[in-house]
Amino acid sequence: MGVLQARVLELAAIQNAPAWLSDLRYQGGERFAAASWPTRRTENWKYTSLAALAKKDVAAAHAESVEFNDLAMIDADAYRLVFINGVFSEKHSDALPPQVTTFAAASEEQITVVQRHLGRLADSSEHLFAALSQSVLEQGVLIHVAAGQCLDKPIYLLNYSAGKQACLASTRNLVVLEEGAQAEVFEQFNSDGDEQSNLVASQTEVVIGNNAKFKHYRLNLEREGITHAGGVFVELGRDALYSGFALTKGAVLIRNDYVLTHRGSGAHVELNGVYLPRGKQVVDYHTNIQHCVPHCTSSEVFRGIIGDQAKAVFNGRIHIHQDAQKTLAELSNKNLLTSNKAEVDTKPELEIYADDVRCAHGATVAQLNDESLYYLQSRGIDREQAQIMMSFGFINELIQSVENSDVVEFLMPILADQFGRKESLLQMEADALESL
Amino acid sequence: MLRIENLCARVEEKEILKGLNLHVKPGEVHAIMGPNGAGKSTLGSVLAGREAFEVTAGSVAFQGKDLLDLDVEARAHLGLFLAFQYPVEIPGVSNMEFLKSSVDAVRKARGKSDLSSVEFMKLAREASKKVKLDQAFLKRGVNEGFSGGEKKRNEILQMMLLEPSLCILDETDSGLDIDALQTVADGVNAMRSPDRSFVVVTHYQRLLDYIVPDYVHVLAGGKIVKSGDKSLAKELEAKGYSWLDGEVA
Repeated sequence: MGVLQARVLELAAIQNAPAWLSDLRYQGGERFAAASWPTRRTENWKYTSLAALAKKDVAAAHAESVEFNDLAMIDADAYRLVFINGVFSEKHSDALPPQVTTFAAASEEQITVVQRHLGRLADSSEHLFAALSQSVLEQGVLIHVAAGQCLDKPIYLLNYSAGKQACLASTRNLVVLEEGAQAEVFEQFNSDGDEQSNLVASQTEVVIGNNAKFKHYRLNLEREGITHAGGVFVELGRDALYSGFALTKGAVLIRNDYVLTHRGSGAHVELNGVYLPRGKQVVDYHTNIQHCVPHCTSSEVFRGIIGDQAKAVFNGRIHIHQDAQKTLAELSNKNLLTSNKAEVDTKPELEIYADDVRCAHGATVAQLNDESLYYLQSRGIDREQAQIMMSFGFINELIQSVENSDVVEFLMPILADQFGRKESLLQMEADALESL
Repeated sequence: MLRIENLCARVEEKEILKGLNLHVKPGEVHAIMGPNGAGKSTLGSVLAGREAFEVTAGSVAFQGKDLLDLDVEARAHLGLFLAFQYPVEIPGVSNMEFLKSSVDAVRKARGKSDLSSVEFMKLAREASKKVKLDQAFLKRGVNEGFSGGEKKRNEILQMMLLEPSLCILDETDSGLDIDALQTVADGVNAMRSPDRSFVVVTHYQRLLDYIVPDYVHVLAGGKIVKSGDKSLAKELEAKGYSWLDGEVA
């Protein structure tokens, strides 16, 4: 057992949580500690080494006093819940609508909902990081929307890592949408400076009932020192919709697993994402869409720009079971390497057991298009700036397809900064768009 | 303005230009006609500085400088503009950002200050009206999903904003209907001035009814084989290029 596994087992035993969660927590700790640690021979971890993580020592989560004067936030009318090192901060959070509660404040009825679903999709016997987050279950959020209801505002979950000590910051979200319900959730992750080195274990489970709709934005904006063990587990009922957008800048390691399962026909998954590691950062997205029933569709587009000596892994799996006739599934992953030391491992995986389906998948790794560079240069734009504009354009295409305009507006300056673009240009675009 | 002497160029291992001479003075409009494969588009690409084309002999002086020694962007800064035969689509880069960046870069190189967003927007709108390109195109990705005619109008729009001293139009008439041709020609004619020159490369005489040249040259087999005034274009239209075969050889 490595340092981290031993430590997590300890933490699972000592932390205080609502009594009704303690069994789950202990189960998580035991499973995490007992797991045989993944190596490069483990299929799911073939391209990403967890050797360093095995040796990482982490402290119990503790709140730090933080002021958010400088932190960029989505300027949207939303219910905001703030977690600092995984600990709920009431001070920074809004009053919550009746559909939303922390686990600690859950009513009997809400506890029943949590107990019915928590860990059902994020199975801790199967997913290492689900076990990790379950082992320190304490704080968590339940969003439960009754049949036919629509949350009047988005739920904004802001997770912030702060302080000198590295701790295990775990957040656990459970979204349950009953038949015909609708909700929109922003998850944003930030950290305080490059030195901050938390292990963030954040797992979100989403149960989308028949005809219900869920919009989900998951933004990993942590800085250099963070290790992020993320997971999103989604189950869709008949005619349900999951529309997701993911963005990761990069850190020591950001791993996100998306597992989406079609359980009712007529449902649709739309999942788009962007990753932009540079320096020595590592980003790893593993997505897995399970078509178990007929007449469902899924569309997935991920794009990445990998610079310097950074590394990205994209593994996109689509599994079409025997019963899933008339499935329509599309997967595209495009990567741009801006340095010859950058690395990307991309692997689309299709497994098809039904005979009447339409599937398309593609993965590309490319440099910037010479023809386009020449065109920009012929208009007086120097080569370096032309490269920046084109890299930005490559990502911007996906950003512009994000439905929520508050999120788009939030992301533009972050991307501009990432690409070293001039703020004045952005302002001009904003003005121009308004005037047109 | 432009002095091309004995220009030879090849792409990969194929010799395309084989000793081309051309002198353009300020304010002049030169038309270059010729059969397919004569090297018309190569000339534009070599002048603009496209990498795939290798100059093997000869010289090009533009504004008194050795053009062939300059980077692509430096040629634009100096006042050279090539309207592409096939303008490139760049999704995700807004046309507006592209135009502003390019105008800023060219102005900077010429020692002028950046335009404010408001000033720039005003110019961009006026120019888009002149080429009859809806303003909505400013918001779209560069040439993204534009029709052939819209792309060519966008080229002329860029030309208006960059105010070059030498404009090379590479088969700008290809794929244009009569209305679009008229619009493009109006744009070009509005820009004619005593210190701005044009080299109009075309396969057809039709464009020259709208943009009337001072000189017409026939490019065949990699060099200029015949030069004349605008009546030469009419003659070519009537007789085709085959009667020049003797001169090519």
